[in-house]
Amino acid sequence: MPRARATTAAAERMSEPVYIIDGRRTPFLKARNRPGPFSASDLATAAGRALLLRQRFAPADLDEVILGCAAPSVDEVNIGRVSALRMGCGDKVPGWTVMRNCASGMQSIDSAIANIRTGRSQLVLAGGVDALSRAPLLLSDAMVQWLSKWYAAKGVGQRAALLTRLRPGHFAPVISLMRGLTDPICGLLMGQTAENLAHRFGITRAAMDAYAARSHARTLAAQEAGHYADEVLPIYGADGTLYAADDGVRADSTPENLARLKPFFDRPYGNVTAGNSSQVTDGGAWVVLASAAAVDRHGLTPIGRIVDSHWAGLDPAQMGLGPVHAATPILVRHGLGLNDLDAWEINEAFAAQVIACMRAWDDATYCRDELGLPGALGAIDEARLNVDGGAIALGHPVGASGTRIVLHVLNVLRRTGGRRGMAAICIGGGLGGAMLVERVD
Amino acid sequence: MRHFTLDRLADGTVQLVFDKAEAAVNTLSQEVLTELGEVLDRLERERPQALVIRSGKPSGFIAGADVDEFGAVHDEAGALAIVRRGWDTFERLAHVGYPTLALIRGFCLGGGLELALACRYRVAVDDPSTRLGLPEVMLGILPGWGGVKRLPRLVGAPAALDLLLTGRTVDARRAKKLGLVDAAVPVRVMENTVRGMLRAAPAPRSLPLPLSLTLNPVARRFIASRAGKEVARRARREHYPAPYAILELFRKYDGNALAVPASDPASIPALLRSPTAANLLRVFKLQERLKSLGKDDAFQAKHVHVVGAGTMGGDIAAWCALRGLTVTLQDQSAERIAPAMQRAGKLFADRLRDARRVRDAHDRLIPDVAGDGVARADVIVEAIFENLDAKRGVFAALEKKARPQAILATNTSSIPLEDIAQALGDPTRLIGIHFFNPVSRMLLVEVVVGEKTRADLVAQAAAFVRQIDKLPLPVKSAPGFLVNRLLAPYLMAAMRAVEEGIAPATVDAAALAYGMPMGPIELADTVGLDICVEVGRLLGTSEAPPARLMTLVEARHLGKKTGRGYYEWAEGKPKKVPPGVIPDGFAERLVAPFVAEAHAALADGIVADADLVDAGAIFGTGFAPFRGGPLHATASH
Repeated sequence: MPRARATTAAAERMSEPVYIIDGRRTPFLKARNRPGPFSASDLATAAGRALLLRQRFAPADLDEVILGCAAPSVDEVNIGRVSALRMGCGDKVPGWTVMRNCASGMQSIDSAIANIRTGRSQLVLAGGVDALSRAPLLLSDAMVQWLSKWYAAKGVGQRAALLTRLRPGHFAPVISLMRGLTDPICGLLMGQTAENLAHRFGITRAAMDAYAARSHARTLAAQEAGHYADEVLPIYGADGTLYAADDGVRADSTPENLARLKPFFDRPYGNVTAGNSSQVTDGGAWVVLASAAAVDRHGLTPIGRIVDSHWAGLDPAQMGLGPVHAATPILVRHGLGLNDLDAWEINEAFAAQVIACMRAWDDATYCRDELGLPGALGAIDEARLNVDGGAIALGHPVGASGTRIVLHVLNVLRRTGGRRGMAAICIGGGLGGAMLVERVD
Repeated sequence: MRHFTLDRLADGTVQLVFDKAEAAVNTLSQEVLTELGEVLDRLERERPQALVIRSGKPSGFIAGADVDEFGAVHDEAGALAIVRRGWDTFERLAHVGYPTLALIRGFCLGGGLELALACRYRVAVDDPSTRLGLPEVMLGILPGWGGVKRLPRLVGAPAALDLLLTGRTVDARRAKKLGLVDAAVPVRVMENTVRGMLRAAPAPRSLPLPLSLTLNPVARRFIASRAGKEVARRARREHYPAPYAILELFRKYDGNALAVPASDPASIPALLRSPTAANLLRVFKLQERLKSLGKDDAFQAKHVHVVGAGTMGGDIAAWCALRGLTVTLQDQSAERIAPAMQRAGKLFADRLRDARRVRDAHDRLIPDVAGDGVARADVIVEAIFENLDAKRGVFAALEKKARPQAILATNTSSIPLEDIAQALGDPTRLIGIHFFNPVSRMLLVEVVVGEKTRADLVAQAAAFVRQIDKLPLPVKSAPGFLVNRLLAPYLMAAMRAVEEGIAPATVDAAALAYGMPMGPIELADTVGLDICVEVGRLLGTSEAPPARLMTLVEARHLGKKTGRGYYEWAEGKPKKVPPGVIPDGFAERLVAPFVAEAHAALADGIVADADLVDAGAIFGTGFAPFRGGPLHATASH
């Protein structure tokens, strides 16, 4: 809704507070080698309608719905609009979809911020979703070529000739998920970029497995303590099956057990395994964002506000260091050190990648040469980092993770009484995204 | 002309618009048929290029014959005259020299469909309101205006008999698939289709060879006898003669009811000699009356909140979501809601079929452990277990969060509303909305009016019940309300008969022979014997409960749900031995307490009048519909 205010200085606009009112997500459900029980819009709808139900405003009061999704299915390409309609927002609430690979769910929040700060929106539902288990199998190029000839063929003779040229190889499907996880510029699988970082910073297999085991242990502890109770909404399959909690976490993911797994990406002598990587998972998450005016109008109670955000680019072959490149400028802008923040969420695409981020900040050469800092930023206090576990245990439903970590860092701050927190994420293709948030009492 | 307008279009087509005077719905009265005859006279002179028949009512095409007119006829000659006028008019329409086309949007039932069948072409508009069918059998009569003749010629004998004998209706797409209509099109291309079809003038639809073979006399005999066995499984000839008459009409008389000798049980006079037709017409009118009770208030709910996801609460929630409402379903944990979600999934898949509509129904049904839906709901239905303190707790909490205009309703069957209402700051807000199990099949819903219930809430609650396509029956808050009160003494009497040594299967067989949909012993087992004891206690019957009942309950043999009660149950069905000989007058003795209770309930003012007692008995307990209700049945004896 356009506001009457005609002009506002850019600086003033940028300082316009953007509040987070509430948030919710589905359980993150591990892909089990077959299409999962929910489509991406099923997940987005289930979480979103429950979140909207507990707001003081009606769904139709939203100015827009923005949803990040890295791989929407062909039936719901503009999944933001599909979900908005399915949640009951009504015909008049625009819905759209954003895509920035692994940070699509952070991009949606940033797009909402931009629209709130320019006055185009007051109240926005932003989120992220992906149902990776439903990523389709595609036909090979050779098969597509063959089929186009088949459809153009005239008469039995031409068809018979074509049939003789059909080979078993034509039927081998292309796994779209693997294509999506391959960098189109450098040709590396995401796991291979993590191997690059392990090589560069001398990160051992043991260090990765220890980190991964800790992610599982922290997730289990958080589940038992009920730290996910308000964040995770139990959802039901069409057959009534209840999915109450994140189901990728395992009590038996100990360093010893993880050590037994074979490297997945650089076979057979690499270090990155399925066990010390994030899981392929389905899930969706949403947050409600509001301007100060919307907070007043609807009598909302914010849980936090977004202070700043930043996007950075870097070498695609080193994409895992994206959080370092995105979060550091924010720290510099606000004169903050790593441990001036009370909570950190760095999305765990790979154990090696999170460890590499910590090593880079603690490395004077890296900070000087790559970040333009006078020296090392130092060691991050690991007791503040991913305190309730991360994507290695919870899974990484690509589009949803950015929203999840922004929401979760706020939930951690609320629980621990901390004030400021950072959510940062690495992005396939050589990008990083980060958001600085602040709890509001 | 009062009911029709004729427009001659530029291309020479004549459009006949049927817009019955002083009526919301098009029905075919004698006056209308006479006028239609005059139209045909005029067109015979004018020789149009083509004739398109359509409705001028937004409500639909034609609902059928005028049932009031038919109901008012008491002599055979009058009835036969009605049949003859329709038959002759439609025969004439079927044989005019110019192409005819019926454009069907909305309901097209009974005589309305028979009119459409007499046209050369039928175009149905594919929208949710369009339903085609011949429901005469449900009124105990038969389609006498050519339906039994023309329908088999269009769709083949098997499909035709299915429609004729069940009275079920089909939508536009199904009608197209059957061959009942020539085209099923969205409204946006309706006019083009009419013009295009008349221009192309295809040959009238004929049956594919295999189906055309179903119409020769030998096949007719064979198919009718098979269908007859199917009918016998559902309806006894002595109770429901109409389906048997329809089969005869098809088999021997090619649908011409006028050709049936009066002595034949399939004749119109014979059908009218049995009280069934009049009683089924009465049932139809009782149903219309209950429907009308929901029209006194414009109340429309958008959001329903249900507390309690057990069998009743869960099924109420699913039903409301099916009917298009947003529903939040609350229980103490996510796990408790899961079985309800499973049943809802089955209901949606069964009833909606189309994947998008199933998805939308799922999207409307929102599990809500936190109770966030309370603050948004227009209607809140409490359906937790039967415990006064628990219900009071629920309502005290609900009242704080609910919108001031929201209806607060309890689904209790046994706790006085007045006791629950004490938990409310405003006890006038509480009303009962009492559903029956299984929710998806039981049409009746009792709207329970407590001593303090605000009067305007009754009409609102009834409007809500209509909105979800159920039949509201306002009842006074008194033990058992109406339906359970009528059932309890009947079930007890049946159990006492077992005590006296009559086998349960024999007792049940007697009730079936009387016309009940299910025997009382099987019903008791289905409801649960513990519930029967509870209801008996609640109703404060002076007589001691039957000893066998108490023994079974103490042994926790509670009926269907535990696999054993009066019967052994396997796969949801009781194992019955063949019934013994039913003692003379036993069925009447069995039903007598039911009838006596119906009189008592009327005297106590549980419902407003005798017709509503009968309506409650028929739609709430399934009391032999062809008898017209317990009070009507005994009054007319």
